Amino acid sequence: MEFSSILFYVFSFFFIASSIMMITSRNTAKAALFLILTFFSAASLWLLLEAEFLAITLILIYVGAVMVLFMFVIKMLDTDQSTLRAQFTRYLPLGIFVSIIVIAQIVLVLNAGQFDIAMTGIPEKHDASYSNITAIAEQLYTLYVYPFELAAILLLIAIIAAITLVHRNESRSKKQNISEQINVQAKDRMRIVSIKPKSAKESK
Amino acid sequence: MIALSDYLILSSIVFCIGLAGIFINRTNIIMLLMCVELILAAVNTNFIAFSYYGGDLAGQIFVFFILTVAAAEVAIGLAILTLMFRSRGSIDIDVTNTLKG
Repeated sequence: MEFSSILFYVFSFFFIASSIMMITSRNTAKAALFLILTFFSAASLWLLLEAEFLAITLILIYVGAVMVLFMFVIKMLDTDQSTLRAQFTRYLPLGIFVSIIVIAQIVLVLNAGQFDIAMTGIPEKHDASYSNITAIAEQLYTLYVYPFELAAILLLIAIIAAITLVHRNESRSKKQNISEQINVQAKDRMRIVSIKPKSAKESK
Repeated sequence: MIALSDYLILSSIVFCIGLAGIFINRTNIIMLLMCVELILAAVNTNFIAFSYYGGDLAGQIFVFFILTVAAAEVAIGLAILTLMFRSRGSIDIDVTNTLKG
């Protein structure tokens, strides 16, 4: 057995074991930490598949940004764990049953031989001068440039939506109400007060 | 030598673990979001394995866009979760039964 095969089995073990630990852990914060381990194992597997850019992206974006966001929300909400786990055992047999059925079906299909090494062939290894990032960039900025820009717009919409949803202080924002400004009348802004002139005697 | 089917079986196992996680953590929305992330990681592994064994970079480009959409989904999902906790005081999914569906 060559070294990359041993690495595949080690990373697969951590991938599966940490994901099982994630879905069965009682504490949501612990589950988030196990999900981070799952992402690291997945990134290692992607490195074995020569997808270096995506492996680094997975760690930077998912572990660095998304999971930190999860941890923030978990710590900020401070939920009562006992009520959330009340129905844990109720759906456990059904979940395991459905999962085993689905795994068995997929393995039956995949082991039929059409995805074996005899059918796909051994992909040739690139030499050290090959750059995965350059190869992705050449496709991303030519063939997929419109989807790339759409993805940028999507991220912008997500930023605006997230900020708008959780923005709390309505009174602190200084926005104009245009129709109110146009419909303003003189009596709203100006008050005419009639003042009696004082007589000359009193003023002395 | 590791074949393509090994990667596909691995990702299908992780996919089903995520599916079971959705079943057994049915009431906790944060856990539901994290299980969706697990499922997406499994699917992305599928894409990258096909990209490597097929010798085509399109799979990796697809994973790039999946990562983008998933990041946007998590940001909005957690914002909605925060709003829900603020208005109801709980993230239990059984509290959100005002539609009586």
